[in-house]
Amino acid sequence: MSEQTANTPELDTRPAGRIALLIEFWQYFRENRGAVGGLVFFVFICLVAIFADFIAPHGATTQYRDALLVPPVWQEGGDWRYLLGTDAVGRDMLSRLIYGSRFSLFIGCVVVSLSLFAGIMIGLVAGYAGGATDTIIMRLMDIILSFPSLLLALALVAILGPSLTNAMIAIAIVQQPHYVRLTRAAVMGEKSKDYVTAARVAGVGPVLLMFGTILPNCMAPLIVQAALSFSTAILDAAALGFLGMGAQPPTPEWGTMLAEAREFILRAWWVVTFPGLAILLTVLAINLMGDGLRDALDPKLKRS
Amino acid sequence: MTNEIVLKAEALKKHYEVPRGMFQDAAMLKALDGASFTLARRQTLAVVGESGCGKSTLARLVTMIEPPTGGTLEIGGNQIVGADRTTLKRLRPKVQIVFQNPFGSLNPRQKIGAALEQPLAVNTTVPAAERRDRAMDMMRSVGLRPEHYERYPHMFSGGQRQRIAIARALMLDPDILVLDEPVSALDVSIQAQVLNLLADLQERHDLAYLFISHDLSVVKHIADEVMVMYLGKPVEQSSRDELFANPRHPYTQALLSATPVPEPGRKKQRTILSGELPSPIDPPPGCVFNPRCPIAFERCRGEVPELLEADRTQVACHAISQTAIAS
Repeated sequence: MSEQTANTPELDTRPAGRIALLIEFWQYFRENRGAVGGLVFFVFICLVAIFADFIAPHGATTQYRDALLVPPVWQEGGDWRYLLGTDAVGRDMLSRLIYGSRFSLFIGCVVVSLSLFAGIMIGLVAGYAGGATDTIIMRLMDIILSFPSLLLALALVAILGPSLTNAMIAIAIVQQPHYVRLTRAAVMGEKSKDYVTAARVAGVGPVLLMFGTILPNCMAPLIVQAALSFSTAILDAAALGFLGMGAQPPTPEWGTMLAEAREFILRAWWVVTFPGLAILLTVLAINLMGDGLRDALDPKLKRS
Repeated sequence: MTNEIVLKAEALKKHYEVPRGMFQDAAMLKALDGASFTLARRQTLAVVGESGCGKSTLARLVTMIEPPTGGTLEIGGNQIVGADRTTLKRLRPKVQIVFQNPFGSLNPRQKIGAALEQPLAVNTTVPAAERRDRAMDMMRSVGLRPEHYERYPHMFSGGQRQRIAIARALMLDPDILVLDEPVSALDVSIQAQVLNLLADLQERHDLAYLFISHDLSVVKHIADEVMVMYLGKPVEQSSRDELFANPRHPYTQALLSATPVPEPGRKKQRTILSGELPSPIDPPPGCVFNPRCPIAFERCRGEVPELLEADRTQVACHAISQTAIAS
C-alpha cells in the first residue's frame, strides 16, 4: 500500500465527471436517427418560439378585412403576403402558428415542471416512508389515474374556470401521479442499497438522505417521463383549447385555433390542417426525442 | 489503552415479526438469538457462518441501523438499548461499516471527495478546506491517488472501491469498524492487499474490528477471536488458534473441513453435512443444529444447549458438555 503511493508516475487524465457522462450520453443518443431528427425539429420549434417577433410576417391578432379566408400561396387565389393563407377573420395563419409555438412550449414547460416537482415530492415521501403513508398516497394516486385523464382535466377546468393557466394546472394535476409512481418505485429500489445505509451510518439525516443521496440516483426514468409527457401536456392543452376550456380566443394557441376553424373544415382546409399539422409534428418530434433519451439514459429499458 | 473494551454485547437478540396474511398470527423470525461478546481496541472478532445465520443482522445491530429487540449492547461504555436520540447520534460516529459489495456501497452520483467529506460535513463543524485536507490524507493512507478526488465511483475497480469504502468509514475516526464480508466480492489477488491494508489501519488507528465472513482462510489470517454462528445462535466461541487447531462443535468441524486447502495431493477428511439450513421462522426443537448433526442424540432434540465454557473455548453442544462433565 505504501509502495503504491510512493510510485505515482503518470497522472490519470481521462475525462472525468459530467463531461464524460455527457459524451457517453451523446454517443448513445446519436445512434438513434429518429431521436436526433426529433431533437433537431424541437430545437427548430424552440428557435421559432424565441424569435417569433422577428420571423412572423404579421401580428398574431392583426386582422386584414380585405383578405378573409385567403388560401395558401400555392393554391389558386393565394396571396404572397399570406404564405399559409388567412383565417375567417383575416389573420395570417403562418404568423399565428409561429406565435402559437410559444404557447405550446410554455404549456409543456409549466405543466412538466409543476407535475415533476409535485410528483417527486410526493413520490419521495411515499417511497421513503413506506407503510401507511405509502398506502394512503398510492391509493389516492390510483384514484386520480382511474379517471380518463382528459375528463378529469375537463372537470377541474370547469371548477377552476376556463383559462390557459387553469388548464395548465389541471393537466399538471392529472399527470403528476405518473411521476409519483416512478419516483416511488425508484426510491424503493435505491433505499435498500448499501450506499444509502452507509450514508445513514455516517449520520446523514432523513431529509439530506432523501434529496441528496437517493433522489439524484432516481432521476433517469424521471427525465425520460418528463420528456415524453411534455408532448402529452401539449396535446391535452390543445384538446382543452379545442373544447373551449383552455386558452381563450384570440390567443393563437394551436388547439384554440382548431376550435375556431371547425366550421370551415369543408370550405377552407388550410385553417384546420396547419394547426393540426403543427401539433402533430411537435408532438412526434418530442416523442422521438424522448425515446432516444430513454434509450440513452435508462439502460434497463434499452432496445425494448 | 490498547486493551480498552469498546464494545460489549450480552444476549443480543433481534427478532422480526413476519406477517403471514390476514388469518394467521405474525410469525417470529429469530434472526439473532442471543449473542454475547466483547471487543477491545486492536482486536478482531470474526463472526463466521453460512448465509442466513444472523451475521449481517449482527452488523446492523452493532452499527445502530436497527435497534435490538433484546439483550444489551454497550458501545464505549454507553448503553445502546433504550438510549435516546441524542446519545445515539453522539455514538453513531464511533461505529462505522464497510460493506461486502463495493459496487453497491458507493453512491454512483457522488464524487469520491464528496463521499469522503460527507461524514465530516454532517457530523462536525470542520471547515471545507480542512475537510478536503483530511479527505486527501485519508485517501493517501488507503493507497489512493490525489487525482482520484474528483472521480466518480464507476471509474474504479472493485479493490479501489473497497479502499474508498474503508477510507469513508475511517473519516469519522471510529473506534469500531464492522467489516461485513469486506473481501468476499474481490479477486483473490486483491483480497490480500485489502486485508493487509486493514491490518495496517488497525495498528495505526487503534481500531476494533468486527469481521464478518464465511471465508475461513481469510478469518484465519486476520482474526484474534472467532465466533461461529448457526441459525442466529453462536455455537462456538474461542480464540483463533484454539478454534482452528481444535474445533469442538460438530458444525465448526464441518465448516473447517469444507475449507479448500491449496495443496495438491492432500487427502482430506471431510465432514459433509446433509440437509439444508432450517427456516429461522420455524427452527427445530432443541439444539437448532440437531437435524444435520452427525452426533446428535436424544437430548439434542428436546433441550436447547447453552453456550458453556469447555476448556479455553465456549461451546453450545450437549455432546461436548456431557463429556466435559464426565471427564
